[in-house]
Amino acid sequence: MDYDTISTFSKSWGLVYLVGLFLGVCIYAFWPRNQAKFDKAARVPLEEDDR
Amino acid sequence: MQPAPSNAEFRLDLFAVPAVLVSFLLLGFFVAAKTPDPLMALQAWTFMAGIGVALFWLVQHYKNGIPDDDRSAYANDIVKAGVIASMFWGIAGMLVGVIIALQLAFPTIFYFPDFPFTNFGRLRPLHTSAVVFAFGGNVLIATSFYVVQRTSKARLAGGLWPWFVFWGYQTFILVAGTGYLIGVTQGREYAEPEWYMDLWLTLVWVTYLLVFLGTLWKRKEPHIYVANWFYLAFIVTVAMLHIVNNLAVPVSWLGIKSYSAFAGVQDALTQWWYGHNAVGFFLTAGFLAIMYYFIPKQAQRPVYSYRLSIVHFWSLIFIYIWAGPHHLHYTALPVWAQTLGMTFSIMLWMPSWGGMINGLMTLSGAWDKLRTDPILRMLVVSVAFYGMSTFEGPVMSIKAVNALSHYTDWTIGHVHSGALGWVGFVSFGALYCLTPWLWKRQRLYSMSLVEWHFGISTIGIVFYITSMWVSGIMQGLMWRAYNDFGFLEYSFVETVEAMHPYYIIRAFGGLLYLTGTLIMAYNLWRTIRGDVRASEPLALGPQMTPQLATA
Repeated sequence: MDYDTISTFSKSWGLVYLVGLFLGVCIYAFWPRNQAKFDKAARVPLEEDDR
Repeated sequence: MQPAPSNAEFRLDLFAVPAVLVSFLLLGFFVAAKTPDPLMALQAWTFMAGIGVALFWLVQHYKNGIPDDDRSAYANDIVKAGVIASMFWGIAGMLVGVIIALQLAFPTIFYFPDFPFTNFGRLRPLHTSAVVFAFGGNVLIATSFYVVQRTSKARLAGGLWPWFVFWGYQTFILVAGTGYLIGVTQGREYAEPEWYMDLWLTLVWVTYLLVFLGTLWKRKEPHIYVANWFYLAFIVTVAMLHIVNNLAVPVSWLGIKSYSAFAGVQDALTQWWYGHNAVGFFLTAGFLAIMYYFIPKQAQRPVYSYRLSIVHFWSLIFIYIWAGPHHLHYTALPVWAQTLGMTFSIMLWMPSWGGMINGLMTLSGAWDKLRTDPILRMLVVSVAFYGMSTFEGPVMSIKAVNALSHYTDWTIGHVHSGALGWVGFVSFGALYCLTPWLWKRQRLYSMSLVEWHFGISTIGIVFYITSMWVSGIMQGLMWRAYNDFGFLEYSFVETVEAMHPYYIIRAFGGLLYLTGTLIMAYNLWRTIRGDVRASEPLALGPQMTPQLATA
């Protein structure tokens, strides 16, 4: 495996992998049905009060 | 809330943890007796002292039966111990920092040839390890144990094993730190402890991971709160970094010396893959977890955007891991790897600033609290420093800028704007929150002392980073200055002489910062004792004290 092989692989598949990952995260984060779950999760630190 | 365990219940951990500790005590004794190396013998005795203290503490804690803390809904004693350990190591590490800053400013006064342990070369790793791993590490372990229980609504898993993590980690710090002083080091940046302590830390850290995962496993909340994601990324990635960077072959089983599995530029890249991700996952991801819990909690508002926090998390961890090569610009490292490191460092702007905006905007609609609550102000200013140093870092990773900044004091200034401003202040904010919560006090001993701490330490940071900017850029410019004949304009010692005044300013800034930490330690100690400052009665509340009205 020489430099050109690694470089071509990382410039193509590396890009696809990271962009795909980012898109996946965005779709999960902004999926409308997840909104209520995230709103509830955001309030978790404010609920519990044991002091 | 699970039912409290009854007294009659058989608990394996109550036997297993002491058995493991006693085994290691015997192993330490065996090494101390057999080794031909006096340094190894000293390390073994120090290790035994650490384990001995742990065993003594456990006996004291459990000799009158199962303590109440083991029956309560949440384990609090371990977090209390972490708060106290953080204060102790914070003062120790920052004090050593001031000493080595003075050594640089006044090399002839602070030079003791008869005492090699006072040499800058030995004290400098003691400072970095003490502030990063001893202070920062204890803050992270303590806050993670606090936060994971509350956000999971489950008691800490593992019974006595969290105490093994706590005491095992303190023992690691003790043996590693005293090792640097007697000259034991493998010479890897931020990973100086030798092979046997690396193995011990691996054992402690994997136990930490299992305790954390076990608590998440028992959670009553359906969703894992974002702070726990950051803590988990911190614990898992530090384990990976630590194991790979420390792959080494010991020369003998009873000696201190080992040789790395890597050599040449591969070794350099491994070290900076570790070194930069120690910054990214120890000093960033872990403390972002603190931000995501303590700022919403103290401001009594949910995080600005939970969706942004998800995008923040995944993009930060997947980009950070590639940024390490920017430490090796213009070296034997292939140019494409340098460019890769630079590109990913610049991309880091996005998640870093996304996270900063998320932290700051959590206060939207509650900005007035900054005027009345110095603890919240400390937390918010820490996030502002996070934004500043994560802006500066990518700029410095650009090769053209790095050609000027690398190997100069600019790097030291950059590191300290992150360490003192971001890591330090967010830790102080968390400690100020935790102490009254854990010891069930209505408020801190004095809010006015928090104001003083905030003011003195902020001025200290400003002295520190501005002097290092001037000193570093001047140093870089002097190194690259040519005269009309094509010769270098300045000798090395001329650059050192020119930096002298800035070294004094830096030491002064560090002294101010240490003073602030001492004020905090006094305030927290009085809070733990249950005192309330007479001139700030509780009924008034923080927003009505005269000191704050004029602030």
